[in-house]
Formats: sequence, structure tokens, C-alpha cells
Amino acid sequence: MPTALASPAGPVLAKPSGLSLGVLLFRLRALIALFVLVAIFSVLSPAFFTEQNLIILVGQTAINAIMAVGMTFVILTGGIDLSVGSTVGLAAMISGLLIDRGLPIPPLGVALYFNVPAIVVLCLCLGVLVGAVNGILITRFNVAPFIATLGTLYIARGTAQLSNNGATFPNLVGRPDLHNTGFPVLGAGSILGIPIVIWIMFVFAAVAAFVAGKTPFGRQVYAVGGNERASELSGIDVNRIKMSVYMICGLCASMTGLITASQLVAAHPAVGESYELNAIAAVVLGGTSLSGGRGAMWGTIVGALVIGVLTNGLVLLGVQEFWKKVITGLVIILAVVLDQLQERLQQRLALKRS
Amino acid sequence: MSLQDKRQTTRQAVSNGERVVLVAEKITKRFPGTVALDGVDFTVYGGSVNVLIGENGAGKSTLMKILAGVERATSGRLLLDGSAVEFKSTREAAQAGIGIIFQELNLYPNLSISENIFVARELTRGGVVQHRLQEQVTSELLARLEQPLNPATLVRDLRMGQQQIVEIARALSQNVRILIMDEPTSALTAAETEALFRIIADLRAHGVAIIYISHKLEELLTIGDYVTVLRDGKLAAASPARAINIAWIIDKMVGRNVNAPRHRTQTNASDQPVLEVKNLSLPRAGGGFTLENVSLTLRRGEILAIFGLMGAGRTELFECLMGQHPEASGEIAINERKLRNETIRGRIDLGMMLVPEDRQRLGLIQKLSVAHNITLANLRRFVTSFWLSEARELAEIHAMIRSLSIKTQDPQQPITSLSGGNQQKVVVAKSLLTEPQVLMLDEPTRGIDVGAKAEIFEIMNQLAEKGLAVLFVSSELPEMFVIPDRVIVLSKGRVTGEFLHDQLTEEALVLAAGARQQTEHPITAQPSK
Repeated sequence: MPTALASPAGPVLAKPSGLSLGVLLFRLRALIALFVLVAIFSVLSPAFFTEQNLIILVGQTAINAIMAVGMTFVILTGGIDLSVGSTVGLAAMISGLLIDRGLPIPPLGVALYFNVPAIVVLCLCLGVLVGAVNGILITRFNVAPFIATLGTLYIARGTAQLSNNGATFPNLVGRPDLHNTGFPVLGAGSILGIPIVIWIMFVFAAVAAFVAGKTPFGRQVYAVGGNERASELSGIDVNRIKMSVYMICGLCASMTGLITASQLVAAHPAVGESYELNAIAAVVLGGTSLSGGRGAMWGTIVGALVIGVLTNGLVLLGVQEFWKKVITGLVIILAVVLDQLQERLQQRLALKRS
Repeated sequence: MSLQDKRQTTRQAVSNGERVVLVAEKITKRFPGTVALDGVDFTVYGGSVNVLIGENGAGKSTLMKILAGVERATSGRLLLDGSAVEFKSTREAAQAGIGIIFQELNLYPNLSISENIFVARELTRGGVVQHRLQEQVTSELLARLEQPLNPATLVRDLRMGQQQIVEIARALSQNVRILIMDEPTSALTAAETEALFRIIADLRAHGVAIIYISHKLEELLTIGDYVTVLRDGKLAAASPARAINIAWIIDKMVGRNVNAPRHRTQTNASDQPVLEVKNLSLPRAGGGFTLENVSLTLRRGEILAIFGLMGAGRTELFECLMGQHPEASGEIAINERKLRNETIRGRIDLGMMLVPEDRQRLGLIQKLSVAHNITLANLRRFVTSFWLSEARELAEIHAMIRSLSIKTQDPQQPITSLSGGNQQKVVVAKSLLTEPQVLMLDEPTRGIDVGAKAEIFEIMNQLAEKGLAVLFVSSELPEMFVIPDRVIVLSKGRVTGEFLHDQLTEEALVLAAGARQQTEHPITAQPSK
């Protein structure tokens, strides 16, 4: 068995012998696109392929990639989560609030201060909570994922703004007497010369790839996205799976929020606006089908890198911001068109074989 | 249909002055993994009601979609008035005078009757829709159909029957010569059905050819002129309606010449009941019952068949057993443990497992590989610490592929690359890995080739020998003689017969299956106990 293909990547990948080389290349298109882009930018800009720039690039990508990892789970079930950008903002603001003001307890007139690890855990729990709300709306009240998460998009953003009346929490360095210093390390620190942010991305991606490819839960996520009714009849608790993916997505989004706040050493209520679209773009570029059931975690990481390389490279080349948007849009559309072509190609092959 | 029959049919048609308007010749339609239609011939006579009948999945709807330009045949041709035609879209078919009324109504509830009738072909002057004119034409159409409705009424405010009339009016407004009606009475009241039949008679008198699909046998003979029976994607029989009766139709629908594997020589049934169902009733929305006081007992090692036609409640019975109808009443016990509100998972854990009828919709995850479909229902079995042990999974998968002789080059292949019969075996394999005590199979041989059918029976046989209780539903008469130890006949939701293997006769089965089609009195069969 070809371990390279049957890796955590994707349960749908088949043995190459059963496929033509063309189909294989088609499937790896995101990876190929990434290499091509890297090659092009390396040639066009001497500053591109330098250690310093690559670390910056991957660091920028990491923020999107972590969100996209959570989004992949959701999209694999055939759902969508529009609330992640707001969850980023909410988690950032709450981390700011907890460092700056602590947790106010009005009846006692005091505020409870936590140390940084506790704050990180609390904010991650908050993200999971937002995901749980999405999950309950979708599974118990049968609200379409698009609408449910659109609602929580507004609610979470509003809450983030309410947390400090629309103002920024500046200078989140903490106070030694409150034992809550060290928050900026998350965004600025590094281990073995590699920024912590990148380590976090690796850990999230690796765990997610493992969960998606190697655990019963992951298999069931694919099954639910592939055919919900058949999954149900196979004894899969479809609602539990759906709840879980939105909670995972919330967790990833709040992690992103923490990182962003830490990098800026400040929490601004507008942070993370329209991030959900970047995350969805990375997932789609990575070859995950928006109708669910097909896709892979490594693809999402590649997708996020493609967006990252594109953004970074175009900046180095001095391309105007507006053109950058146009080009990114074109790339996303191209990815989806190719995805449709692949589906049709596979159908035709299946028909020919039968 | 023999050559002689065919000649006879033609002669009668000619003598009636009814001429052939449309001929479908050797129509074959393939979908990935299945052959929906296999060289089917179908003749449509003008000024007649051409009835098309067959079980679910026999290929009726596919054939109609090809005639109406929704789908295109893989091979074969259509002859309209003797010349070959090919429809690339419903629009082209409509221009040729072929209209279709789908099973699910294709109306816009938010638009008015006249807007629905003229949708996409609005009467305009200078680009502006002439609502007044449209409504006037609509009124005339409705008057012709004896339905004086206000053309400005929104379709959402109409009853089902009236909506059906709107569909017909829409077809008429396009000057149809051939009108396809796919189960038009399934949602109609008796009075509405009567009105529809008057309309059909009127259309027929005007020379329109009606193609009429229904599962209600009694109404087919009331209004039909020609009857064509499809079975398993093939033409089973065709005859003028006056030459036949309900028994003939049932007979052709359920077929005779299944390549029967060896008869079971002995029963493995023990006395231990595994599954007991008492007075199971399932109310139907809008009154009546889909299942009424159904009771049955299934013992270890026994193969029990449920025989019945479409609408007998076969599938619903299985759905109730798997807990999918909370509104059902009655008692279900497995190993003397009464079931309450167990989830599907709970029931699987207690030893029940269903192989559903609709393989594509309910049985398979098309986007997963053969391997992952097989292990889906019992992933727990392969978990070491937190993850799935690939080695153990593969070992079990290969064991299953061998023991059920699933033909696949590689279990990592997509499931859609397998033939229908092998896909079915994958679903069976998935079910077996849950280690069921009661295995329920809903039409396990539907849409698969003869060789695979025999294999499926052989598998069922072996399972019973191992002590499994097997419950299976079928509408194929010959299958009743092949493997079950006992047959229970359902008709319109009630048990109308129960036979032990050696008491079985075709006549008795057909009689019991058709029992409540005409009368409300169940056939008194000899009870098995």
C-alpha cells in the first residue's frame, strides 16, 4: 500500500495503480500550484526565498491555517462556519479584558485576575462555547449552518465590541504584582529559532490530520459529509459529530484570536473581521469539497500556504493591494472550477469501469 | 413478451384505429455501478392510456425521464411518428409535444396559477408580461378541465389535487400529444382521483396519448388501455389491458425466472425467538395506517421473508424496527428485552442491523472507499488506544471481501467503481461487522445481476446456518421459494398470509399479496402454528 497516499491525508485517496497519472496530478494540484508560485516569486524577487522572509510568510500563514484546520472539519461534514472571524475578535477581546481588568465580579466590587495559561484556557473554552451554540442551533433547531453561524457572527462581534465599549485593550503585557505577565510570548516568542506561532500551527495541523485520518471520529466526519442518512443508519450519532466539528472550529478560531492579540500586544474589537473568508478560501483551495465528505487536512495547510505565498510574494513585487485581491479571487475561483472538473472526470471514469 | 403476443398486440391496436405515436427501442441507461434500463422496448399508442408499472427501481421513472428529455439514454433510440428523435432537454421534448407531470410536483408555490402555467414562456408584448391575456387563457384551460379556479390564485393556496390540475393545464397549454403522469393519484382524494380520470378520458378522446405510472393496481385496470410491466430494468411484459387481470400484473411484476440457487434442504431454525413484534401499527399522515397490527416472531437460524407489493408497508416495517418512526405503536422485543426509545446505535448494539433497500441513498457513503464503507458501522472494533488500527481494519476487510467474494481490485478503490451486486455485498459486509443477531435485508437483490443474486442468497443461507436470524423483504415471487423457512405476506399494511416453506404455492402468495388491493377481506391462509 502506498503509505505516501494513504497517510492521514485522506481516506478517499486510492492506490495510484487504479488511477491514471493525470488524475493523480489533478489531485495534487494545490501542492503543484504552491511549488510553481514559490518558484515564480523566487525568480522575480530576490528577497522572497530568504530565511527571514519565509519565517514571516509561514507566521502570517499560521494564523489563517489554524482557523482553516477547524473550518476543514466543519466543511467535511457539509457545513460552514461564518462565525470564526468574530470568534477571533471575541477571544482576543476577552483575553485583553482578563489581562487588563480581570474578571469583574460586580456584587463584590472586585475583579479576579488569572495568570496567562489560565487566560489562554478560558479563551479557548469561550471559542468552544461559541461552537457549541452553533452546533445546538444546527442540530437541535435545524437552522441551516449558513444562517446559524451568520447569527453568531454578529452576536460574537457585538459582544467583542461591548466588552470594552468598542475601545482597544492596549499594552497587554500584564503586571508582575498580578502574576499575569508573559502574554506577548505567544505571538513573539520562538523555540529553536522557530516562532511559537508556527509550532502551534504544526501541532494543530498534525493533531487534526491524525484525528481526521486515523480516529473513528474522523472517519465519521467524512461519512456524515458523504451521506448523512446512510451514516445514521450505520449507527453514527450524526448530531454528536456535527456538534463536535463546530466546537473544534470554535477552538481553532479562539486560538487564532489569542495569537493575534498577543502579536499586537493589544486587543482591538475589529480584529478578525472577514477572517472567516480567508479560512474558507484556504479549505477550498486545499481541495476540500464544499458539499462535504471529501478533502484532507494537509490540503488545507497547502491552501493556506498558497494564499500566504500569494499575498507575501505580491507585496514583495510591489503589486498594488487592490490587484492582490483580484488575483486571490481568481485563484480561488480557478480552484473550485478545477474541483468540479475533477469530480466530473472521476464520474466518467467510474462509468467507464462499470 | 413473445413474438406472438407482440403481433397480437399490434393487430388489436390497428383494429382499434389507435396508432403508434412513440416507440422507445432498446433503451439502455447506465449509472455508475448500476444499469437502470437494459434494452427496454416501449410503445406508446395515441388516444390511449398507456400504463407503465413495476416495482421501485424497476426503471419506470428513468424511462420517463428519457422520453421527456430529462435524461439521455446510454444507447437505444426514440421514434416519434416513425422518425428517430433525440431530446437534449425538456424544452426540446415539449416542442415535440411530450409533456411530463413529475411525481413531485414542479410548481412554484409563490406564483399564481396562470404564472405557473406560462412560466418561462410568458405571453409578452414589447417585453412586458400580458397578465390579463395569460389569465384568460388559463381560465379557458381550467374550464376545459372542469376546475373553475381563479387564475390569479397562488398555487400555495391550492389543495394537492388542484395543484395536479394546474400541472395538467400547464402540459395542455403546450399542446401535448403525449402526456406522462408519474403517480398522479398518490396524493389525491377519491373525489379528486375521479375528476382526474374524467380528465384523462377527455384527453384520450382528443387523441392525446397518456403514459400513466402508478402503483395502485386497481386503478390501472380501470383506466388503462395498454399495460407494460418493467422489472429490474428490463421489459417483463406488455399487453392490452382488457386481456389481463390483477393476478397477471402481479405475476409479471414479481417475475418467475430468477436463476434460483439450490433450495434449502433443511431449516436451521431453533425454538429460541430472537425478535418478537406485537401489534405494530404505524399511522399514516392524513388518516389510516401504513402498518396495522403487524405481529411476527423470528427465531435463531431462521430465514423469514416478508412478501408484498409496493405500498404494502414492507420498508416501513423495517424502519419501525430500527426506531425511525417514533409515532409507531406496538411492542418490539429482542432476546426478550423490550425496546423503548433506543437510538439506531442502541439497536445495532443490541444485535439488530438493517441493509436498506435504497443502496445509493441509505446504504453507501459514495465518497468513501470500499474499505471504509465496510468498517463504517463498527469502527470501535478497530480502535487501539485512540486510533484506528489500519492493520486490523485491513485484515477484517480482506476477510470480508473473501468470504462474500466481493469483486474489487483493491479495497481502497472508491465504492462507486463497483457493480451494483458488489456494492450490495459491501453493505452486507458492513452490517455483518456489527455482529448482528437479527439481520434485516430490504430487497437485497434489487438492481443486481442474476449471478450476484444467487450469491446474496447463498450468503443469507450461510448466515442462517451460523445461527443468525435473517428477515428479508422481497417483491420477487420466485425468491419466496428459494430460501425462506417461512413467508409472511403483507398487503396494504396488514398481514394477509403466513406460510411455512412446504405450504407455499404461487397462487396463494399472489392471492394474499393482492388481497387488499380489491377487497378488505384478508385471505385466510393456514397459519403456521
